[in-house]
Formats: sequence, C-alpha cells, structure tokens
Amino acid sequence: MIQEAARDFAQKEIAPVAAQLDEEEKFPTDIVKKLGQLGFMGMTIPVEYGGAGYDTLSYILALVEIAKKCASTAIIMSVNNSLVCSPLCEFGSDQLKKKYLPPLAQGQKLGAFSLTEPNAGSDAGNQQTTAVLDGNDYVLNGTKIFVTSGNVADYIIILAATDKSKGAKGITGFMVEAGWKGFKVGSLEHKLGIRASSTAELVLTDLRVPKENVLGNVNEGFRIALKALDGGRIGVAGQALGIAEAAFETAVRYSKQRQQFGKPISEFQAVQWMIADMATNIDAARLLVYKAAMAKDTQKYFSKEAAMAKLFASELATKCASDAIQIHGGYGYTRDYPVERNYRDARITQIYEGTSEVQKMVIASSALREIV
Amino acid sequence: MRIIVPIKQVPNTNDVRIDSKTGTLIREGVESIVNPEDLNAVEAGLGLRDKLGGEVVVVSMGPPQTEEALREVLAMGVDEAYLLTDRALAGADTLATAYSLSRAIRKIGEFDLVICGRQAIDGDTAQVGPQLAEFLKLPQVTYVRKLEIDDGSVVAERVLENGYEVIKASLPALLTVTKEMNKPRYPTMSGIRLSFTEKRIHRWKAEDFEAEPWRIGLDGSPTWVKRTFSPPPKAPGQVLQGTAREVGREVVRRLTEKNLI
Repeated sequence: MIQEAARDFAQKEIAPVAAQLDEEEKFPTDIVKKLGQLGFMGMTIPVEYGGAGYDTLSYILALVEIAKKCASTAIIMSVNNSLVCSPLCEFGSDQLKKKYLPPLAQGQKLGAFSLTEPNAGSDAGNQQTTAVLDGNDYVLNGTKIFVTSGNVADYIIILAATDKSKGAKGITGFMVEAGWKGFKVGSLEHKLGIRASSTAELVLTDLRVPKENVLGNVNEGFRIALKALDGGRIGVAGQALGIAEAAFETAVRYSKQRQQFGKPISEFQAVQWMIADMATNIDAARLLVYKAAMAKDTQKYFSKEAAMAKLFASELATKCASDAIQIHGGYGYTRDYPVERNYRDARITQIYEGTSEVQKMVIASSALREIV
Repeated sequence: MRIIVPIKQVPNTNDVRIDSKTGTLIREGVESIVNPEDLNAVEAGLGLRDKLGGEVVVVSMGPPQTEEALREVLAMGVDEAYLLTDRALAGADTLATAYSLSRAIRKIGEFDLVICGRQAIDGDTAQVGPQLAEFLKLPQVTYVRKLEIDDGSVVAERVLENGYEVIKASLPALLTVTKEMNKPRYPTMSGIRLSFTEKRIHRWKAEDFEAEPWRIGLDGSPTWVKRTFSPPPKAPGQVLQGTAREVGREVVRRLTEKNLI
C-alpha cells in the first residue's frame, strides 16, 4: 500500500514535470513540500517525533517508486531521510530531536548533510574545516563542497575537525541552521545528471554553533557520518534500482513497438539477450537492496550489505540505462526519450556517498575480517 | 456532520474482459482500484468534515478483496468503513445493489448526507446513486460539481449538457458528484498506518443489515445480461491538408453535405 501510494503520487505529480525540471535545472520545491505533507520525508522516524514510523524496507519501496520517475527528487528524499533524519534520530540529544526532527520529517524544513571538502572526498577523514570551542559555542571555519540541497536546506549536519591531531577520531558533527551568521552558500554545480537536485558549496566563516547542537559526542562525528552513509547508501541503491527499472521498462515497451526489417526489434535475439540480462540483474539488485534495508533494521552493523547493494545497483543502473539507449538506437540519444536522462542520472550513483571503489574497499575489508 | 459515501472497487484497465457465459466481469488477474469518481465523492465528504466537523463513513459491497479499496480511503482520512460481503449478494444488478446499500445505510444509523460518485468505470450505468436515494426516500441531486452546506440544506451546482443548474435540497439528501468536483487527496503515510492499526472495517453479511433474501444478489436482480460484445472499431478519421482557410471551408462543406450544420 505504501509502494502503491508512492507510485500513484510519482505517476501523477512527478512524471509529468521530471524532464522539464531536469532541462531547466529547477529544484522541485512544490513536489518536495507535498512529499513532506504525505509523510515521505521522515519515513523511518518514530511517530512521536513527527515521522511516519515505518521500517527501512517500507521507506526503500517508496523511494524506488519516486526514483523511477525522477532520480533528482529521489536523492533529495534520500538525503533528508537517510543522512539527516536518521542520524539525528539515532545520535541526537532529546533536545535536538524534539526541535529539529518534526519539521524535517513532515517536510516543513529540508535537511542537508555536509562532509565532503575539496581535499576530503573518498578520504573523508581528512577534514580541513575546523570547529573551535569558544565559551558556549563552537566556531566553525572552512569550505564544504558537493552538498546535496545545500542551498535550499534549512538544517544542515556539518562535520568539522575539533581535534586535528586525532585525524578521523577528532571530527565532530554539528546541527546547523542555514539562517545563522557566518553560514553562506557558495557556488552551485552544473551537473551531467540529477540536474533538478541542487549541489552547493558552503562557506563557513566564524559560524557560531551552540554546544547543545553537537550531534552525539564530541570527536565522535566520523563514526556518526559513516553510519549515516551506510544508511544513505541503501537510499542511493534504491535510487539506482529505480533508474534501472525505469530504463528497462521503457526499453522493453519501445522494443515491442519499433519495427525494423519488417518486425518488432523485440523479436531479435540481440535485443532479447539485453532484455534478459537487464531483467535478471534488476531482480538480483532488488534482492540486495531489500536485504540491506532489512539488515539496517535488524543488525547493529550493516556496512557490508549497504555497500554491496549500492555497488551492484549503481553499476547496474548505468549499464541498464546504456543498454536501454542502445535498444532505442539514435532516438535514445535524444532528449525526446527518457532513457537519455536515465543514463545521465545513473552515473552519479556510482560516485556519491562512496564511489564504487570505496564500496569494494568496505566489502573486501569485511570479507577479510569475517573469514579467518 | 455525518456523511456516508458508498464506493465501488473496479478493475483498473480499459481492456475489461467479460465472461462470455455469464456476461459478467472477469476480475482475476486485473488490478483493482477505487472507482475514480467515488474518490471524488470521498474527497467531497472529507472536505466537508474538515470544514464543519463530524465524520465520513464509507460503505462498499463486494468480494472480500474489496477490503483493499476500503483501506485506501481509510488512509485518505475516512473515519470508518463497512464491507458488505456475502455470497448471497453476488451477481447483483444496480437495483439489488442499491437496495442492499440502502439497508446497510439504514442500519449504520443517522446521517446528514450521502455522497456517491456519478458512475463506475466498469458498468457506466450511473443508476445506483439515484436508486439508492429512492430507497432511502431522500431528495437527490445528480452530476454535482460544486456544493455548499447552508443552514440545514445543501446547495449544489449540477452539470447539464448545455449549462449548469443550482439546486437547493433539505438535509438529509443524496448527491452524485462528477470528477470536476475536486482533486482527491493522496493517502498519507500516517493514514496508511492508522488504516491498519486504529481504524475498523466492519464486515457484514446480508443478515447483519436485515436484507430480505429475495431482493439481493442474482435472485433479486430483475435485469439480466443477455449478451455482451465489443463494438466494431470505428473507421479511421481523415486528415485534411491545406491552409487553415481551405481546411475550414472543406470541413464546413462536408458537414453541410451531411446536414449536420
């Protein structure tokens, strides 16, 4: 029923405008507001904090449906759910949760998560942004980049070094409000895909954050960020699965209509093999994504499951979208067909919230630890 | 205000398959949805409740799977649901359906308004609403696209072929509404949870709402489907070429030739 509700909403409200939002690089403000009102922006947050109170699998079922129509909207939803609400709920003080969770979960406010810096990408522990205690406030200085929804978010989780000598163990998470003095949005990225989602640079200049807005414990930020990213990766995996499914369904329908050499191209084995591979791999990806979602609710650690789901689904999304274009031929390369957008959107899923290479590091280290 | 909305679960497809022996719908393998204009009726009820207070009660007759349709409207915010499900009710035509619904509504109790969808997309009869009004001895306004409650009456604007008509009726009354009426709200995530946890679906058999056995189901249905068939496809249209002036002239000539204008 959750899946149906998401599908119905995506079909009626998102599908008609998705291509245009992409073309115009326009943030889907109204859609995000409606998603919030319906309860999609804080799906796993308990009811007492204004959330919908569902498990991660329900959330992913909904996210996949949104991603099938618009990958940009899906990542805005995923970031708010997985990277903001979820860590705030798990690590935030009761005071922080009471103040920030209800508006975030109900879509009155939008969240962002800011870890990446120019020199801290895959090496996220190498934070140059600093947070220095001054009286009752931490004073933050530095530049963050590639912040999804960074220019439109109201509340942002920002990671900064509180003790540089300790490296990754000297990083702290802060709950920051966009209106605070010293918080400035820098340049916006112009991207290959997910163009309706905005990606911003944040410039922090003597930004004062009250002590009570520390997320979790001081110097615990890197652990919180990694845990949040484990959850976020399940979201990105769901997003990738949605893109793959969308490209696949479009390609199958097209192959039945398109006639060459006097018959539908779906009757050629070359096309059928592509369809068979896509169908099989999509089912495999779905099982991995669902397994990771269930692992998040039942296991203390789910890094490996999340990494496997994201690695497999994101590589598949790019492959499926590419094959879908191939089945469409020249038409697939034009903006008249949605598979071109699927292809551009798919590419980022192999990069953000941990590149495919980082996922392999996580999976390998887990395997090397498990088997003695 | 207490508003009762009868709804129907229908197959969600245009290629409805018909059982050639019985002449009735084949439901297996077809996705079911709430009849679209019944959702407009639900929305109309919820809108009035949100404004004036009270409750919206939904009632539906159908096989056990109709429960899905009831859950959906409960998730939209409907307060309570009744499912009339009984083998004895199967095969009902519009008269037997309207009779059964009227018995159930009487049993549910006091109400101010019954709001129905104009017609169902499977049968397209638009008969159940008006028949139900007769059974319940209520004033009825059909094809409503706008309504207001005004001091014990309902003022409704109905769609006619050549314009609109505004009718005032005393409450309780029955309305059938068109899709122009409103845009139905979506089920919310918390609504879905409540539809499973806190809200009730009452299941009634025919005896629970004291229906007379000879007036329900196939036995209580005076209309029988004799034969069903697909109409032959229409001949393809013609596209006229030329400037707007030329094409316009040609259209007028042809219509005049057929005495259509």
